[in-house]
Amino acid sequence: MRVINTKELIPVVNDLVKKACIDLDDNLMNALKQSILLEESELGKEVLETLIENANSAREKQVACCQDTGIAVVYLEIGQEVSWEGANLTDMINEGVRQGYGEGYLRNSVVGDPILRENTKDNTPAVIHTNIVEGSEVKITVMPKGAGSENMGRASVLKPADGVEGVLNYVIETVENAGGKACPPLIVGVGLGGTMEKSTLLAKEALKRPIGDRNPISHIAALEEELLQRINDLGIGPIGIGGRVTALDVHIETFPCHIASLPIAVNLQCHANRHASKVI
Amino acid sequence: MKFKIGDVLELFGDVYTARDAAHKRFVETIAKGEALPIDLKDATIFYAGPCPPKPGEVIGPIGPTTSTRMDPYVEPLIQQGMTAMIGKGERQDYVAELCKKHNVVYLLGIGGAAALYAENIKSVENIAYDDLGTESVKKLRVEGLKVIVGIDTKGNVLHKEGKEKFKR
Ligand code: SF4
Repeated sequence: MRVINTKELIPVVNDLVKKACIDLDDNLMNALKQSILLEESELGKEVLETLIENANSAREKQVACCQDTGIAVVYLEIGQEVSWEGANLTDMINEGVRQGYGEGYLRNSVVGDPILRENTKDNTPAVIHTNIVEGSEVKITVMPKGAGSENMGRASVLKPADGVEGVLNYVIETVENAGGKACPPLIVGVGLGGTMEKSTLLAKEALKRPIGDRNPISHIAALEEELLQRINDLGIGPIGIGGRVTALDVHIETFPCHIASLPIAVNLQCHANRHASKVI
Repeated sequence: MKFKIGDVLELFGDVYTARDAAHKRFVETIAKGEALPIDLKDATIFYAGPCPPKPGEVIGPIGPTTSTRMDPYVEPLIQQGMTAMIGKGERQDYVAELCKKHNVVYLLGIGGAAALYAENIKSVENIAYDDLGTESVKKLRVEGLKVIVGIDTKGNVLHKEGKEKFKR
């Protein structure tokens, strides 16, 4: 049994928040650079170049790459050999979020009550997902999620008879409906199967996968490629003003489901694809 | 205005930030027959809420937010004299109609290019609704702020024409 004091999470979350919001990773930067070669619209190319220039400038000045520094989504993959001591774990994560958003000069974009809508002024609370895994380590991932893209996601439960065509159409319709509002080029996360809530979790999990990586299940990988092609045929383009590059990639995660249902969720990620992880 | 959709412009001058919460207060104020905190005559509204500035900086990263949430407020603000809006994304069809009818333009900022845009802002003045935090109304002096004409005064819509052109 390994004992970790929950306090150890504060500096880790603090650093990950800043890193995620300021530094877009090489995987994304390379994908953006590649996408310029595919883009046929001159204006689209100019937009993509601006995005790369912006990311470099953010890194240089150590400021947020996008002003919408999101609501903090925090994942904990906790080894089952770990035992916790100290103060309330949720409070410690929120303290890390509070410090990170403050020290990083990041925007506070969270309201405390969805109806009364008063800003909490420190970007807490975070949305926390925990998962128990093998081992004695803890992997912490921070994914700040902006509303422009999050607002355009959708979830539903299709009928098994809707089949592959139903799935493809649902994803394509979601992207088409999002248009320029979600700040394309996008990474499209799809959760397929499980239950209603499981599919939405899978859709967000899918966004963690590096751009260019395929699902190991071959027929799902084929669906990813077909969707990428069809989405880029829509013509939406960078920031939605017409062009070839609407999505940088499509990632599908699956889970077994009930004989009578086909849950599906689509979580759209804008080009400010922010996430950072650390193992302790 | 002579601009047409797809034109890339560099803006110089004053713009006001206002997004969801500030717009709601604007229309409530107008409905009560009271004076707005800013004169909207010939004004440009930037749908944006910046990050806080680092010490020594004029403003933190700033960029456009999704405009369609402000669609219901466009007409009352045009009636007060607003002539341009800066935001991102498609809008409802009636916004293009309003632009055509009242000689107003909708300009697209590049969503997510916030670190660069901060460099084009030379001064910031807090005007109203400070309690709204990032959503307060600020007057920004901009120099060379790059935008693309999204809806022109003829009511043409770049998102529609652009998508049509590249659809396969
Ligand atoms: S959708 Fe993404 S890139 Fe666009 S403004 Fe929101 S966080 Fe920034």
